[in-house]
Amino acid sequence: MSTTASPATGTGAAQGARRSRRRGTFYKGDPGMWSWVAHRITGVLTFFFLFAHVLDTALVRVSPNAYDEVIATYKTPLVNLIEVGLVGAVLYHALNGIRVMLVDFWAKGPKYQRPMLWVILGVWVLVMIPGTYYMLERTVTEMFGG
Amino acid sequence: MSTAVSDNDTSSGPQQAGPKPPPVPEGSRTVTLKIQRFNPEFDEEPRWESYDVPALSTDRLLNLLHYVKWYLDGTLAFRRSCAHGVCGSDAMQINGVNRLACKVLMKDMLAPQGKPTVITIAPIKGLPVQKDLYVDMEPFFEAFKAIKPYLITYGNEPSKERIQSPADRERFDDTTKCILCACCTTSCPVYWADGSYFGPAAIVNAHRFIFDSRDQGAEERLDILNDAEGVWRCRTTFNCTDACPRGIQVTKAIQEVKRALLFKRV
Repeated sequence: MSTTASPATGTGAAQGARRSRRRGTFYKGDPGMWSWVAHRITGVLTFFFLFAHVLDTALVRVSPNAYDEVIATYKTPLVNLIEVGLVGAVLYHALNGIRVMLVDFWAKGPKYQRPMLWVILGVWVLVMIPGTYYMLERTVTEMFGG
Repeated sequence: MSTAVSDNDTSSGPQQAGPKPPPVPEGSRTVTLKIQRFNPEFDEEPRWESYDVPALSTDRLLNLLHYVKWYLDGTLAFRRSCAHGVCGSDAMQINGVNRLACKVLMKDMLAPQGKPTVITIAPIKGLPVQKDLYVDMEPFFEAFKAIKPYLITYGNEPSKERIQSPADRERFDDTTKCILCACCTTSCPVYWADGSYFGPAAIVNAHRFIFDSRDQGAEERLDILNDAEGVWRCRTTFNCTDACPRGIQVTKAIQEVKRALLFKRV
């Protein structure tokens, strides 16, 4: 247990629904809670990507030229960086999804939820290091003239 | 069951000196308690107040709260009854996690020598605060009552006792330990956001009867928990398992109820 005071600032989005509910306490929570928060965030981000992706793909039905133009903008360094973020989000969401399914359907899942979280985070880092390298390689060489 | 350690005086004096404090014991260290205060008669919003209290490493956090209450500021209100981790009255948010004040040992809280120790104490989240650290537990007990936490049997009563094998007793042993302190339910992000969720404690107590071989009300209870506000709201954040002062594997129990709904019944 930590001996220092937790920051008493952050206001949970959960607050405010009922009267006389206090504000201003930050609940530290189990790593499982933060894995759930990250699962939500990566899920929403992936949804937004799919939304944009459906729209840009649908452009080909409007006009192939417009489609080509939009896809060309995807080659910019910024979009490349966002792509890395997308891979990171999808990978986390997928790995944690497996963990959640094991928690749901494997009798020993709840017991090993924390080790499973450390394992998926380890796998995430191991995959993201070479993944980021290969995804950004072209952009970096083009920008800084490798 | 539980006693509210509160007083009835209506004055809102910031710091009312109580009786003279006892001599500070040798080897004690000064600990700062940062406590969230709220008096519904005077305060619009909760406010934070800090108290410097002498603490021995053999103290429990509850001793320090008593020190504040008895010698520094008699207006501080909190619940406690047995003070030994059995009655479940003094659940509060201590350094950002739900704990029983009587089970938190100062030896685990003191910062390394030379560094100041500050302990943040707030009421448990998700239940309406009535004063300072005590909250209205009624919504919590309503959820508990709704899952029928008593033995349900049909047919003729046996002439002797209802016999149960040790293995059958073992099946629900973990969930018999609940003391209804609300540490788990008020650590649940789903419960904070939506108070109509039954919450971990109610499900734990349903589990205690659903998996009891002597009980015949499992179907009824599973029906209740199959509701939109039932077990399916659980997002397995494990805050409840972490918070339980009795070490109950709360999330595991909830998952077992979910699986009972999925596989034992069509």
